[in-house]
Amino acid sequence: MAHVKNHDYHILNPSLYPFLASVFAFIMLFGAVLFMHDSGPWVMLIGFVGVLYVMFGWWAETVKENQAGDHTPVVLIGLRYGFILFIMSEVMFFAAWFWSFFKHAMYPMGEQSPLVDGVWPPAGIETFDPWHLPLINTLILLCSGAAATWAHHAIAHENNRKDMINGLAIAVALGLIFTVFQAYEYSHAAFGFSGNIYGANFYMATGFHGFHVIVGTIFLFICMLRAMRGHFTPESHLGFEAAAWYWHFVDVVWLFLFAAVYIWGG
Amino acid sequence: MADAAIHGHEHEDQRSLFTRWVMSTNHKDIGLLYLVVSALAGFISVAFTVYMRMELMEPGVQYMCLEGARFIVDNASTCTPNGHLWNVMITYHGVLMMFFVVIPALFGGFGNYFMPLQIGAPDMAFPRMNNLSFWMYVAGVSLGVASLLAPGGNEQLGSGVGWVLYPPLSTNEGGMSMDLAIFAVHVSGASSILGAINMITTFLNMRAPGMTLFKVPLFSWSIFVTSWLILLSLPVLAGAITMLLTDRNFGTTFFDPAGGGDPILYQHILWFFGHPEVYIIILPGFGIISHVIATFARKPVFGYLPMVWAIIAIGALGFVVWAHHMYTVGMSLTQQSYFMLATMVIAVPTGVKVFSWIATMWGGSIEFKTPMLWAFGFLFLFTVGGVTGVVLSQAGVDRAYHDTYYVVAHFHYVMSLGAVFAIFAGIYFYFSKMTGRQYPEWAGKLHFWAMFIGANLTFFPQHFLGRQGMPRRYIDYPEAFAKWNYVSSLGAFLSFASFIFFFGVVIYSLRAGARDARANPWNEYADTLEWTLPSPPPEHTFEILPKQEDWDKSPAH
Repeated sequence: MAHVKNHDYHILNPSLYPFLASVFAFIMLFGAVLFMHDSGPWVMLIGFVGVLYVMFGWWAETVKENQAGDHTPVVLIGLRYGFILFIMSEVMFFAAWFWSFFKHAMYPMGEQSPLVDGVWPPAGIETFDPWHLPLINTLILLCSGAAATWAHHAIAHENNRKDMINGLAIAVALGLIFTVFQAYEYSHAAFGFSGNIYGANFYMATGFHGFHVIVGTIFLFICMLRAMRGHFTPESHLGFEAAAWYWHFVDVVWLFLFAAVYIWGG
Repeated sequence: MADAAIHGHEHEDQRSLFTRWVMSTNHKDIGLLYLVVSALAGFISVAFTVYMRMELMEPGVQYMCLEGARFIVDNASTCTPNGHLWNVMITYHGVLMMFFVVIPALFGGFGNYFMPLQIGAPDMAFPRMNNLSFWMYVAGVSLGVASLLAPGGNEQLGSGVGWVLYPPLSTNEGGMSMDLAIFAVHVSGASSILGAINMITTFLNMRAPGMTLFKVPLFSWSIFVTSWLILLSLPVLAGAITMLLTDRNFGTTFFDPAGGGDPILYQHILWFFGHPEVYIIILPGFGIISHVIATFARKPVFGYLPMVWAIIAIGALGFVVWAHHMYTVGMSLTQQSYFMLATMVIAVPTGVKVFSWIATMWGGSIEFKTPMLWAFGFLFLFTVGGVTGVVLSQAGVDRAYHDTYYVVAHFHYVMSLGAVFAIFAGIYFYFSKMTGRQYPEWAGKLHFWAMFIGANLTFFPQHFLGRQGMPRRYIDYPEAFAKWNYVSSLGAFLSFASFIFFFGVVIYSLRAGARDARANPWNEYADTLEWTLPSPPPEHTFEILPKQEDWDKSPAH
């Protein structure tokens, strides 16, 4: 660009990624529909790989721009706003699942609905004991959040890269353990996904949470790699900050799931 | 005024077509793309309505036959009514209008183009993500069209379940069509959420030096509030339609009483999104109308602060009134009373806005240029729709009107006529700003009068039909309803003719319209920052941020 800009905002060069992203999203979702109607998963998987490729390429470019100094203080503020807003929209997404859960738990459907409510949990459903694996998982996730905060403290206040990497490694490892435990729990469930409302609510709510845990774990892992390359300074570590916010958001959702779905609704 | 320091350096545009329109990171280009694609989607959606009005023109089924859809009455051969085709028409008309026409035009198009200009920002906060919003919108339209053409219910193409996608209709509809429609809504939702994040961040972080929140022009304010509604309501819809998807394909029972689920739950979650949605559609229109009226009445807008707070109040109240769409599902009287009261409260801030527009014109020197005609039309039609809205807010009255043509008339008066008239007001107001050419004034006026008469002719009689008890969403009706249906169809044809004429006006003006590169073709009351730039604005605007005296007309304020 041959002209001068006299402000601190970030004016980006043209990019093919947005167009590619929506092409691949179209392929992925069209493929998903084919898949759900008894065709093979291949179209969907091609689209999915494409989406992953765009995510990697796009964010790698963002990291490069960051390292090149395009992210001035005012741009960093904007990125913070943007990420907080994204988390707010995620909160509202979970609102839908909690809405369904609370509706069915407080006003369960029965033979006489809506005159007489049914029972919750529905007859014949054997729920998990919240004080076994779910409690352990709660502690794991909280410890992981604490480790992420340690990492944050290490970089923000002490510029201690080694401690930051250690903290992140612990956070990532605990996140992985959580996912494994959750998979173990699923495989030992006494109720199925289909045919009953308890299973539908349970698996969709905890499943979307689990998906967010996996995303958050990858996010933290990438931050660990970036920390090893020395991308973060006490003044500028927004990528990590966003990952930490995201991780705490995932934590809080879990606490609500634990309290509402496992303890109160079990 | 048109201080050379404000706008970009003149330079040759060296971008290739592909780079400029596909790889764009420029809010003005993306805004134009939004406007063009939404116009195309709008054309498809409007064409459906013309076909529906043809069918409804006379009792009996003449066109939508199982033997094949027709465009000419053929009394010689039999015609078995094809209810599925009818249902597909109403469904895609609704889905397209709600998700793929009005929001992309007002929020995506005008919002993208003018909000950054009005606040003096060089671009959006996340220019690349802005393009993602646009292309996700295109992917959504493509999935929607694919859904229309894919195998659906009743062994035919498309889904005929109504735009609200209520179960059990939507969970039982066969074929791939319904799943494609669900994904279309997912993708358009993602696009809108990304757009909302972008708009909010731009608004909060990139206002010109000295532009405090309560100095921001009203259109930008309306986009800001709209963004919040999108951000907080669309993810909830995403959850609801995901439940539909798993109910359809993976055997969950969220909405199936046989497995302990509840179909009414879907209606609650849908309308928790759906009611904010109607304000998402209309609020940016409010913003445009404020500027048009102030400009052509040659007076600053009356009561700026109450106008801002009214937008905020409407946005906030929009989240707590959703169940007035569901008075007949069997809610308790207490619930109905609450939703009735809350709904009526919205009339207060809306009244503030309408009376402030009138007060702006009071004692002004009104000039009936084309944009002002549209704004005038908006004011009249929106008020009619608003008043029937207050009627419908009464749970008791709604018993009689629910799912009749009275409701159809009501929401077309506020949306089809309100929001669409605001879009046209915006297009004529900003046409020369965006293109550097001006439309012939007579053509704009002809378009307005044809559309104004046509739209009223279409929808006003529908109040009568509703009061007579004609239910909506039916392909046929008894003789008793024939007269007003005939009139309504004539109105629809006139509106459609005016819409075609509009495309003609745009194409003519783009190619041969009088060149008008003036920064401000109107008058000094068009005083927001976009009017300080040349027309069309250069690729990069505000590379030197505007100074306060460029935009602040009442510094002591």
